[in-house]
Formats: sequence, C-alpha cells, structure tokens
Amino acid sequence: MAASAETAPGREGRTVLEIEGLSVAYRTEEGDIFPVRDVSLTIAKGESFGLVGESGSGKSTLAMGAIRYLPANGRVTSGRVLLRGEDLLSLSDKEMRNVWGSRIAVVYQSPGNALNPSIRTGNQIAEVARIHLGMSKQEAHQRMLEMLEKVKMPDPESVARRYPHQLSGGMLQRCVVAQAMMTNPELLILDEPTTALDVTTQAVVLDLVAELKQEFDSAILYITHDLGVVARVCDRVGVMYAGEFMEQGGIHDLFKRPLHPYTLNLLGCVPHFSLGPRRKTLNTIPGFIPRLDELPEGCIFAPRCSLAEPECRVAQPPLVRAAEDHLTACRRWPVVPTPAEHMATITADLMQARGAAENRLLEARDVKKYYPVPTQGPFRQDKRKVKSVDGMTVWIDEGRTLGLVGESGSGKTTLARTIIGLVEPTEGTISLRGEILGPTTRSRERDVLRRIQMVFQNPDASLNPRQTVGQSIGRPLTLFGTPRHEVPRRVLELLEAVHLSPSYYHRLPSELSGGEKQRVAIARAFAAEPDLILCDEPIASLDVSVQGSLMNLLTTLQAEKGTSYLFISHDLSAVQHLSDWVCVAYLGYAMEWGDAGDVLNPPYHPYTEALLSAIPIPDPDVIQKNIRLEGSVPSAVDIPSGCRFHTRCPRFIGDICIQEEPPWREGEGDHWIYCHHTFEALVEMQKETLRLADHDHGTPGVEVQV
Amino acid sequence: MSASVDAAAATPVPTRRSRGQTLRLYGRRLLRQPIATVGTVIFIIFLLMAVFGPWIAPYGFEEQSIPDRLQSPTLQHPFGTDNFGRDVFSRIIVGARGIFLLGGTGTILAVLMGTTVGLVSGYFGGLLDEILMRLLDVLLSIPSLLLALVLLGTVGPSLINLILVVAVLYIPMIARVVRSMVLDLKTKEFVEAARIRGERDSYVLFREILPNALPPLLVEASMRFSYSIFLVASLGFLGLGVQPPSPDWGLQINEARNYLEGAPWMLAFPALAISMLVVATNLMSDGLRRVLQPGREDS
Repeated sequence: MAASAETAPGREGRTVLEIEGLSVAYRTEEGDIFPVRDVSLTIAKGESFGLVGESGSGKSTLAMGAIRYLPANGRVTSGRVLLRGEDLLSLSDKEMRNVWGSRIAVVYQSPGNALNPSIRTGNQIAEVARIHLGMSKQEAHQRMLEMLEKVKMPDPESVARRYPHQLSGGMLQRCVVAQAMMTNPELLILDEPTTALDVTTQAVVLDLVAELKQEFDSAILYITHDLGVVARVCDRVGVMYAGEFMEQGGIHDLFKRPLHPYTLNLLGCVPHFSLGPRRKTLNTIPGFIPRLDELPEGCIFAPRCSLAEPECRVAQPPLVRAAEDHLTACRRWPVVPTPAEHMATITADLMQARGAAENRLLEARDVKKYYPVPTQGPFRQDKRKVKSVDGMTVWIDEGRTLGLVGESGSGKTTLARTIIGLVEPTEGTISLRGEILGPTTRSRERDVLRRIQMVFQNPDASLNPRQTVGQSIGRPLTLFGTPRHEVPRRVLELLEAVHLSPSYYHRLPSELSGGEKQRVAIARAFAAEPDLILCDEPIASLDVSVQGSLMNLLTTLQAEKGTSYLFISHDLSAVQHLSDWVCVAYLGYAMEWGDAGDVLNPPYHPYTEALLSAIPIPDPDVIQKNIRLEGSVPSAVDIPSGCRFHTRCPRFIGDICIQEEPPWREGEGDHWIYCHHTFEALVEMQKETLRLADHDHGTPGVEVQV
Repeated sequence: MSASVDAAAATPVPTRRSRGQTLRLYGRRLLRQPIATVGTVIFIIFLLMAVFGPWIAPYGFEEQSIPDRLQSPTLQHPFGTDNFGRDVFSRIIVGARGIFLLGGTGTILAVLMGTTVGLVSGYFGGLLDEILMRLLDVLLSIPSLLLALVLLGTVGPSLINLILVVAVLYIPMIARVVRSMVLDLKTKEFVEAARIRGERDSYVLFREILPNALPPLLVEASMRFSYSIFLVASLGFLGLGVQPPSPDWGLQINEARNYLEGAPWMLAFPALAISMLVVATNLMSDGLRRVLQPGREDS
C-alpha cells in the first residue's frame, strides 16, 4: 500500500489538520479487520472538507480514528495525525481529553441524544465555557447567548431556559452546533448532522454550516453520504470506498469532471432534479462493497468497475495528482468519461407504462383521520383531536404513479394506512374502480385485499426474521390461491424479477442487506398480483447506489405489470423521478396537486416552493433561491386558522391568509393550487426560485447534467 | 453465514439450511462463552442424575443402616450418612428427579398457560387485556411463598398440586414477558403486511408473532426454572413438598437441622446441590440469551 497523498501546494501554514497514512484496525471475533487503510488528507483553516461514502466506507472510522475516539476494540495501527503541527497520536490520554472539547468539537447525527434531557439547554452550552475556558458563571452565560445568536437562534434567552425536549430538531441541532463552537475549536467534525432531519430543517442547518465558515475560521470535516449536501456546504471533497480514498478534489472540479469511475457512478445513482418530462433510468453499480476481510487484489473498486482492465487487478493504484488539487486512485483516469458521456451510454429512456385509457383505479375522497389526544390522567378528558389527515382527496389512475410529498407530520403515511385499511378513517371513503371499500382490512374481501399491497419504509422490520425469503414470498401466493406445487416455481420467478438469484430462497432476513430485504419486500408485494402498491418511503433508509437500482426496479416492474403506485417520500428528487402525478401535503391537507410536470414547474404553491429550494442538489453550480421555513410543522391538534400554512409561509399576504381558507385555483392542464395568490402572481414571484445549471443550452425543462 | 447457499443449477429450488447446521451454529456460539458452557454442562449432569438417578446411585435412597448413622464423609459414603444411616450422596442423586419433575413440569405448564394469556392479552388488547392483566396483578401482589403455602394448605401437598402451584405462581411473569413482546411485535411491518393480506388472527399469532417471541420466552422460562428450584426446596423444607421418606433436597435440609453440630455434611451437601443447580441454570440462561439473540445486549 503506497497511497501517500500529495498535499496540494499553497496551503502550507494554513493547514489545521493533516492526516498522513492513517490505518485503523478493529478487533473482531474473526480477527483484525482494517476499515481504514493508509489514508491521507489535509484541511486548511476556514475550509470545509466533505468526506463522502456509502455505509461501510469507513468515513466515520477515519474521523474518529484521527481524533482517537474509537470504540474499545479499535486502534490506530499506523500513520500520523497533526493538529496544527502537533501529533495527536503521541499525546497522553490526559492531554487528549483537553484537546477534545476545546480544540476539536464533534456534532453527531442525532441532536436529541447529544443533549442531556434533564438539564436546561443554556446551562449545558455554558458549561463548556466554564470547563474549557475557565470562565465564571456570568461570563459563560454571556458567551452562550452570543453563540446562540451566532447560530441564528431566534429568541436565545428563552431557548436557553428550555429543556431539550421542548425544542424542535432543527433548533436542537443549532444548540449542539453552538455548544461545539463555544471554544472556537480549530477542528469541527460534523458527522451526518442533518440525516435525521426533514428536508426543510436540513436546509436551515446547512445554511448555518455555510455561515459558520464565515463567522469562525475552524477547519470543518463534514461526513455525509449525500452528494447534494456536500455540493452545498463543502469546499473540497474526498470520496471514500471500502476504507480508502478513491478521489479527492475541489468541489467544482470533482462534480464537473470526476476522475474516478466510482465517483462518476455515485453521481449517476441519484435522480437529478429536472424540470423536463424526459426521464432516464438511473445508474447502477453492479455488485457490493467488498467485505473488509476479503478485499480484492489490485484496485479495490475493479470488480465493480466498467473501465477495469486486467492490469487494474494486479497492483493497488496509488492516489495520483491528476490536476491541481485533484487526486484520483484510478490508474485509467485519463479515459474516465465525462458525466454527460457516461450518462448517455449507461442510461436508457425510462420504460413507461403509458397505456391506453386513463381509468381511475383508486380514489380516496375527503379522508379524515382524527386520533384522540392522549389523556393526562384519569379525570382529565381531552376532547381535542389530533388531525393526522384532515380532508384529503387523491386519486390514482391505472398503471400510473402518484407521488405524495411532505415533511414528517404531513399525514402522508396515515393516508396510505387509511387507504389500505390498517386504520379506519374518521370520515371519507376509499373506492377501488368505483366500488367503495370497507374501512378496515377485516371488513374487506380477500380479493380486494389482494389488489392493494404495501412496501414499508423500514427494511429491517418488513420481513419476518424467522421466515426464509421463500416463505415470505410464497405466503401471499398460497393465500391467494396458487396451487401448492407451483408456489416454489413462482417464488423463483419473482426473485428473478427483483434481480435476486435462486440461492436467496432459503436465506433468512438476517443474512440480507437492506437493499436485498427491500427487494424481497417488493417481490412479496408483487406476489399478490396487486393493482396498486403503496410504497411508504421504501428507499429512504438505503445507500444511494441501492436507491438508484431500486427506483429502476420499481419503474421496470410497473412497465411490465401495469401496476399503479402511491409513492410516498420526503425526497422531491425521487418523487419527481418516479411520479406521473404529485400531491404536496402539509398538516394533513393537500397544498398543491396535479401532473408532475406542472407541479414541479412554476407557479408553485409557496410550500412546494420552499421544499424545492431546500432539496440539496448534487451540483454545486445550481442556483437555488434561499427560501427557508422557520420553526417546525405546527401541532396537528391546533391547526392554524385560514390557510393552515400561513404561520410559516414565505409568501404570506396578510390577514386574508389568517382569516379565510384559500380557494383551490385551477391552472392549465391538471394543476391545482390551494393559495390566496393567483397563478399569475405566483409566476411573477417565483421566476428565480430554482435555476438549474443549463449545461445543455437550456430553457428550464432540460435534464440536469452534472 | 452462507451455509444455505447451494446454488446448484440442476435443482431450481436450493436446499435449505438443515436443523443440524442451525444447532451446530448455536453450539459454536455457546462454546465461545466458557462460563455459560460450564453452567450448561453442570445443568446437563443434574439432568442426567434426575433421569438415571436410581441406577447411578451407589445405595438405595431408602436403604437404612442404623449402625452407620451420622458417619462423616468416607470413601464408602462420599457425602456421609444421615440420622438413619442413609447415604447422603445417593439421596442427592435421586432427589434431583423430584426437583426436575416439580420445577420442570410446573415451569412448562406456566409457560404454556402464561404464553396463551400473554398472546391473547397483548394481541387483542382492550377490555380483555385489562381484565387479564389485573387478575395477574392480584397474583403478583401476594408474596409467592405465602401464596404457595395458602394454596397447598387448602388443597394438600400432592404431586399434582405442587406442580400446579408452581405453574400458577409463574404464569404472571411469563404472561407479562410474552405480552410485552407481542405489543412490540404487532406494530412491526411484517405483521401489518400479514394483516394487509387478510391473514387470520391465528396465523398472525402463531406464525408471525410467536416464533419471534420464542427466544426471550425460552430465556424467561429457564430463569423461572431456576426460581422454581428454590421454591420446591423451600416447600420441602417447610414440610409442604414431597413427603418423607422421599429424598427431596429441601426435606433433607430440614432433617439435617437437628444434627447440625455433629453432622454438618447432612446439611451442606443438599444445600450445595441446590445452589449449584440454581447458579448453573442461571449461567445457562444467560448463555442461552446470547446464543438465541446475539447482539441484542452486551452485559
């Protein structure tokens, strides 16, 4: 292993963190494994370095190894880590404890777990200054308020007095960042700080990170799996794969002209937000990340690489400088195609199930689902209701996909569960091909049950851990009348349809990866030969490369079988990629609804507009107007009067929004917006909301090419 | 864990991992925990004693020899003899059967009934759940030894009654464990998927939920068994267990009280047997948890 990185010139003296040839080992039952091997990187003052990789790429291990914060079975086996020239690996444990918290700060994924629930947030933040800066109580309090001000916390005084559970996720994350910045650390490590947050909150936190770079001169190490997030906040990026860097470079260079096939493939896996009707299949990377105990000879990416030649499998290629500040571990980097060429060759036009008549398949009319507010003790009856779904009407045509978008708390999942009969609607009807269905699964006939299936969000819980893949897929077959002797053959056909080999037949879910479990769940749903499949965020928890292949799978299966989908997601790019129709929901009510092309082109409902400006687009050249929703979704118990979005609306007009319910305005084609603004006014205001980089001489309506 | 992969192209449906392979996997996991292995070995030794006791024991458990009474441990009588000159070693060996019969059968009964109550209560919920749980609370609110004494005092200490008392005492604990598992499992997506397909309640309960509740249930059952050893011994000591001259361990301790000064072995060895079996069972159930639910906890 000789992948010593050359540091880019011109940054000496400003270098804050320098990692050289770092290797980390974990002790396991089967012996030592090396999740990070001979890795080097430098971060300069005021610079933010994005560490990107799929799960298992070793990105967190690298960061934690560098600051000596590994779990008990981990250790650094070789390398140097210099923080402003001081070798962290040679410090004593006591000295290291002083470095943590004062010179290095870490912000983790889940802000809720980072704060002590029984101490007021202000005191927790101030404590840092008292311990590490030796400030008095008064001074620390003062500094805490300053910090909260700096992280753009509205009303810091009152936030400081509150307990963590009284703050929203976005506010908590800001408190954690404020706490981390108290000592003005030289190095700030952000480990997936926005992964647990809603898109709109994520956007606010990302803005904050971008501003931190201006306010402070800390070096930032930003760990994420999301290329879109990197494009928004980082100056330089390192792409990791199975414990090694594949490529490092400036953000613009790397996105415009990736010089490693892995980076190129990753960029192709995510659906790129485009305003046009033309849709393409997504890139997929064959195979899996190699296991750390059986790494391939030569280049570790070679087994999955389309450019690999026999020489690639001989010796491990070093990280070489291909251009100014652009390192790649590909020995064939001069022949790596540009993203445009790559996408043109590997993707095909999406097979679309554009069939004959537009037959209405399912209609959910005026659906309401109210839950009682949990009572506060035996004698206090609370008459109020949690209005999860508050009068939604949606319909789905045969062979088409309806995308349902919204933040958490918008009622999307509850609507789906009402449609399928898992919860009984308080009001409203569900009808399938014009026939009104019973309110619960118990009241529906078997054949009706067969026609609607569901794919769930959490792959770990959607399969019975005690049943083999064959049993899970076979059960709906036997139940819905496939003769017993034909079941195994049908199961194998279904496995093939979801691209799993017959050897999966007898495996248990614990032997499958997340993506494979989701494939089995999809096969199980299709086993019933349904007319409609409800997909409740089926890809949200998976790695990007797996997401891409699953979206491809869903579209091909739809084209083959003519099944309709209700695709629920908070990810507008995914919805845009898969849906024919889109419904944007907020607090249990539809805000905008219509043909996908119309909904995602101006004019938008102000809420849709805010969602659009919040999505992280994996292209640093894209221009998104900063529209940020403050605060969190209001409680579904007290729904705001008038237009329910008025409390957070960026296009708020005035009293009319508070007092009167807006009209449903109908636009050209099939497009409805629930707003007091007219279509014309919205068009005028929203000209600048989203400008996609027009690499393709474009009017809006061009596929975004990276 | 790719033992099942036998992607022979000739047979379209590959063969599944056999029961033997699964057991071997569990065996490997057990052997990685030396303490649990020791516990399991001791448990198995006691179990063999319970089954084959009368044939292994050097003397009959009722065989009296007044001249040899109250002898200290010798080669002929490794654990000494008691006040009737009976061999303590033989009586301990044969006595294991009573413990396993009462504690084991009682525990199994408790598991069967407790599981039924827990499944029904957790799955259907509502008023039925409320009623069943409050009834169990009543049982739990009485100290278990006291409850056992009252019950046995009423119905008399026959073998069947003893077993039933052990079962009644442990139903609430088992039912609670099962119920909490059911409450957790019934909201899982795979159970919802079954409801979406229109599966009968019995299928959901016995095919989807119960198999997933089995590992914690087995662990709980082995814990209950170790408690039941104490219970049976205590009842024997109080004279409400198996009646003399049976070689019940608790009874032996009771008889030994009068000879404590002259013949401490009479008390020491049965007491040692009880604690060894209890500790071994506990170690085994700890190990069982790690074998059946690897990665669930780290203690």
